[in-house]
Amino acid sequence: MRPVNPRGAWTLFVRETQRFMKVKMQTIVAPALTAILYLLIFRYAMGERSVPGLDVDYFSFLIPGLVMMSMLQNAFANTSSSMIVGKVMNVNIYLLMAPLSAIEVVIAFLAAAVLRALVVAVVLLLVLSPFAHLTFSHISLILFYGVCGSVLMGGLGFIGGMWSKKFDDMALINNFVIMPLTFLSGVFYSVTQLPPLWQKINHFNPFFYLIDGFRYGFIGVGDTNPYIALWVVGGSTFICMVACWYLWRIGWKLKD
Amino acid sequence: MTGSPASEFALQIRDLHKTYANGKTALQNINLDVPAGAFYALLGPNGAGKSTLINILADIVLPSGGSAMMFGHDVFRDRAWCKRRLGVVPQEVAFDPFFNPREVLKITSGMFGCKPDMAWIDELLGRLELSEHCEKNTRQLSGGMRRRLLVAQALVHKPPLVILDEPTAGVDVELRRRLWDFMRELNAGGTTILLTTHYLEEAEELCDHVTIVDGGKVVADRSMRELMREVAGRYLWLSYGEGFVLSEADMAALSQFQPRSNGKGVCLTLRHATDETSSSFHEAYSAAVARFGPPIDAGVRQEDLEDVFIRLTHDDDKATAGAGT
Ligand SMILES: Nc1ncnc2c1ncn2[C@@H]1O[C@H](COP(=O)(O)OP(=O)(O)OP(=O)(O)O)[C@@H](O)[C@H]1O
Ligand SMILES: [Mg+2]
Repeated sequence: MRPVNPRGAWTLFVRETQRFMKVKMQTIVAPALTAILYLLIFRYAMGERSVPGLDVDYFSFLIPGLVMMSMLQNAFANTSSSMIVGKVMNVNIYLLMAPLSAIEVVIAFLAAAVLRALVVAVVLLLVLSPFAHLTFSHISLILFYGVCGSVLMGGLGFIGGMWSKKFDDMALINNFVIMPLTFLSGVFYSVTQLPPLWQKINHFNPFFYLIDGFRYGFIGVGDTNPYIALWVVGGSTFICMVACWYLWRIGWKLKD
Repeated sequence: MTGSPASEFALQIRDLHKTYANGKTALQNINLDVPAGAFYALLGPNGAGKSTLINILADIVLPSGGSAMMFGHDVFRDRAWCKRRLGVVPQEVAFDPFFNPREVLKITSGMFGCKPDMAWIDELLGRLELSEHCEKNTRQLSGGMRRRLLVAQALVHKPPLVILDEPTAGVDVELRRRLWDFMRELNAGGTTILLTTHYLEEAEELCDHVTIVDGGKVVADRSMRELMREVAGRYLWLSYGEGFVLSEADMAALSQFQPRSNGKGVCLTLRHATDETSSSFHEAYSAAVARFGPPIDAGVRQEDLEDVFIRLTHDDDKATAGAGT
């Protein structure tokens, strides 16, 4: 049994939390503003129409998607930026020198990422709620998808940060992987509106399940069965966590 | 200090070997014993492998083979136990632009599993002359201040073994002196200190034991007193004025004295003498006069650590002096 260092893990969690709390404008206010802008733009582009295939008005459909998209992006940003700053400024060596097990490091990083995602979600819901009549039909699904999605993205950010050598590498991942996947995941439309081929492709996009399941929790309808997607999402999240743990343990791209 | 040392050795390194992924062998079967309570110098020219050795102990670099014991515990098996007892000042500056020095010290302390001891943190900030900068963002600190913060970080969890990898690079003379006074105090209080530095006078003054590595191998491993008494020899210097050149032929003719030019003349190593009667002064002097004529000036000097260091790490003279005692 390896010795544990709960105080160390807690300190690391607090450190990772302070990292986003110290720059609230960037990490909380900015995403809220972006979400409002999207909402206004799509409101005028789409009008008051309801979403084809699903019997809901467009705002009630759009808001949960926007909230989830922000959660995913913020969870990813928290771990990946911390890891890459740590690498560039050489402070990651303190994570390696400290008596912290890989499990402790991973839990501290992911917990802080989830906390940031939850803070962003609450702020966004408060800011966006005046625009639509929000319903919360399945709170447990909302929580499951929200937390799982944040853990998954926090984990991907953790791995992406370990992989990156410099800020440019991180920007590469962001622009060529994260952004396309989130935008094509059905935040702004129902996939039933897409041509059949695209619908098929979307079923391989993990973000699609996250956003669809999360939205199902609000509006009670969706493109997939959220109780089946739940296993896909839960399984991917678990695999991602194990990967984080393993890669940290062997010092992947960290120890020469 | 945490965990009273159960073993008489703070470090026992056996056959430690490191080959980097690019094929570069940085350490070739290093053996090293650091007695608990020692003030120990690890010296060597650039690229000798000092930082590699330190980073392996700190878990920043993976070893390729060999073993290391810290206070009787296996460093590679009992990682957490050893890490709590080790403080390392890394050679490369590291700082977190999100926090100020006081926050950095609190965080480091917590990550090492200690409840932040504010009295000790304030004392560290004071001793390392950082008190008035402790609310500044680390980005605003000067290079020397950042390095002093690294020293504070290495000490914040009160480890019984402290390893300093060039802690005084870029630190001014006055603060360097105070830093060494502080280290001496810690050492007197029982902390084992291992340091690397390129300021050899400082090492000679401070350390009671010295290991010199070159090309990933130990070339000398002695107590400072022994090294200076037994390895440090004497040399004869002869001055012939500006423009003196030592030709290949001169080198060959005087080879038994390992001649080297010092710009204005020549230095000849004297045979190791335990007393005046066995000195090779007369032979060296006669040989030089026979070759160059009478010198303008001459004298005999005792080698200091720097001379010994240069002699032992000089490329074409890799003879090991008392390695592995
Ligand atoms: N990450 C690395 N990958 C490949 N080779 C490396 C790496 N780090 C160091 N080396 C090589 O290993 C050798 C030993 O380097 P090391 O940094 O341990 O030397 P050092 O004794 O600390 O030198 P200095 O006095 O310059 O700090 C050098 O030849 C160096 O080029
Ligand atoms: Mg070095």
